[in-house]
Amino acid sequence: MNNYIATYYNADKLAKAWSVIRSDFLRETCTTLYITLVATLFAILIGLPLGVILVTGDQKGIRPLPKPLMAFLNGFINLLRSAPFIILIVVLMPITRAIVGRAVGNTAVIVPLIIAAFPFVARLVEGSLREVNSNIIEMSLSMGATAWETVFHVMLPESVPSLITSFTTAITTILGYTAMSGAVGGGGLGNLAITQGQQRYNQAVLLAALIVLVLLVQIFQSFGTWLARKADKRIKE
Amino acid sequence: MIELRNLSKSFVTAEGPVDALKRVSLTIHDGDIYGIIGMSGAGKSTLVRCINMLERPTDGAVIWDGTDLGKLSKKEIQQVRHQITMIFQSFNLLTQRTCLENILLPLKLTHVPRAKARARALELLETVGLPDKANAYPAQLSGGQQQRIAIARALATNPKVLLCDEATSALDPKTTHAILDLIRDINRTMGITVIVITHQMSVVQEICNRVAILENGAVAEEGEVSQVFSNPKAQATKALVYPDVAKGMEPDAGENAQNVRVVFQGNDASKKPMIASMAIDCQIAATILSATTRTLNGKAYGNMLLRIPGGPDELARAVKYLSAEPNVVVQVDAEYTPEEAQHE
Repeated sequence: MNNYIATYYNADKLAKAWSVIRSDFLRETCTTLYITLVATLFAILIGLPLGVILVTGDQKGIRPLPKPLMAFLNGFINLLRSAPFIILIVVLMPITRAIVGRAVGNTAVIVPLIIAAFPFVARLVEGSLREVNSNIIEMSLSMGATAWETVFHVMLPESVPSLITSFTTAITTILGYTAMSGAVGGGGLGNLAITQGQQRYNQAVLLAALIVLVLLVQIFQSFGTWLARKADKRIKE
Repeated sequence: MIELRNLSKSFVTAEGPVDALKRVSLTIHDGDIYGIIGMSGAGKSTLVRCINMLERPTDGAVIWDGTDLGKLSKKEIQQVRHQITMIFQSFNLLTQRTCLENILLPLKLTHVPRAKARARALELLETVGLPDKANAYPAQLSGGQQQRIAIARALATNPKVLLCDEATSALDPKTTHAILDLIRDINRTMGITVIVITHQMSVVQEICNRVAILENGAVAEEGEVSQVFSNPKAQATKALVYPDVAKGMEPDAGENAQNVRVVFQGNDASKKPMIASMAIDCQIAATILSATTRTLNGKAYGNMLLRIPGGPDELARAVKYLSAEPNVVVQVDAEYTPEEAQHE
């Protein structure tokens, strides 16, 4: 243990670590936030409608879709969900290049991130929408609402607190995924921790990056929980 | 006028097909408060959902003012549902929306301009007696208040028919009474036909003019409430009107003693001490096994289950004596069919 501290946390290492932290941390934190927020936004834009379709298109849903189509959608989502992110990054390189013009760099990381995250978001949305009381959905249909009116006026508004909780889970998971961005030349705190910390044997940088990542997750989670609670009108004041 | 013609509905379940409704035929006239009563599992909820096509009948037809609802397109059914609205046992208000927004929902669906819709919603809050709850959320309201908001919401599109699916079953007796008063007012002042689905006898007594008793998916008995209740014929009706019988409280008739049900159909009968005078006049000491009185449309109705000791002679005298009273009907051994007697 003493040996470990002497090797990784001596004055020389700490001085180096401090210079890295001072010069790179703010920038890399911003990069992490940029990648996370953009990827989350797009994952929700794709995952939300897909989650709606998973619920409404179900054979027992309010707008059943052909069984083969639903089987395909479910299979497709499961397929993407089962691929490890690091593999997905490599496999998707040609697609990434086609979409953003290049396969490496911060922006290039966002594409595989979205593709890895939207099926996850779709499942989260599916779960949130299935929680909506079926009696309330029946009420909506009984007053002459169409399936889409029921989705927009009843199912989505009713599940807002649950959706906020789901999206909070999504953003913290995506934040974790960004650590792998370095594999395709993307930046961010995770990449910094690996290149500066692990590969150059500067444990202090690794530790500092970890602390910032933990803080970010805590902030997102606390904010999400607070927002979901505030949004929920079922809780009596 | 709503006509149900030979309405049948079967469901396919894991245990095989279940016939929820079996050739139900009923006619509900405009302005009626029509009760459909039955034990749980009798098919009431399925029946009411067939009226607005939330459940498609397997067979038979629902005819509303000459239109066969089963033949309408999805879009046309949605139009009809603005005219035949519904309230529920669990109120089913949007929990994340204020009362005002809840009432605005059907108006949004019918594309009523915003200002006009708001005025209508506020007017309805007034109608149901909750003008100060516009900005409250359902969670802040009591059950009775939530049902009032649900009623306001159901009235928003000026419907012709209001379906009440166990609307008071989740409420205490006092609140039930108040909600039923409101429904009766709506029926009278707005001329809305009301169909009440319930398992509570008291609900039918309090507001309905006609009633159908549903048992195992079929209509066991149908008619004017006062008629059906004062002289129930079907076993299912008797079980509802005389719950003591259903609970098995009726003792067996004994070797010689006979059970006699005395039904009062007016106020006068209850004023005279009939049983006491029969003991004096006929020397027959009847045992009162059960007795209930109820008020229907302002008149007192009642029935009494008596055990007459002795043989056929005493029985004949007792029946003659009791039948002589005005507004009294005597049923000998009404509950005991020969099959049942043989079991004992």
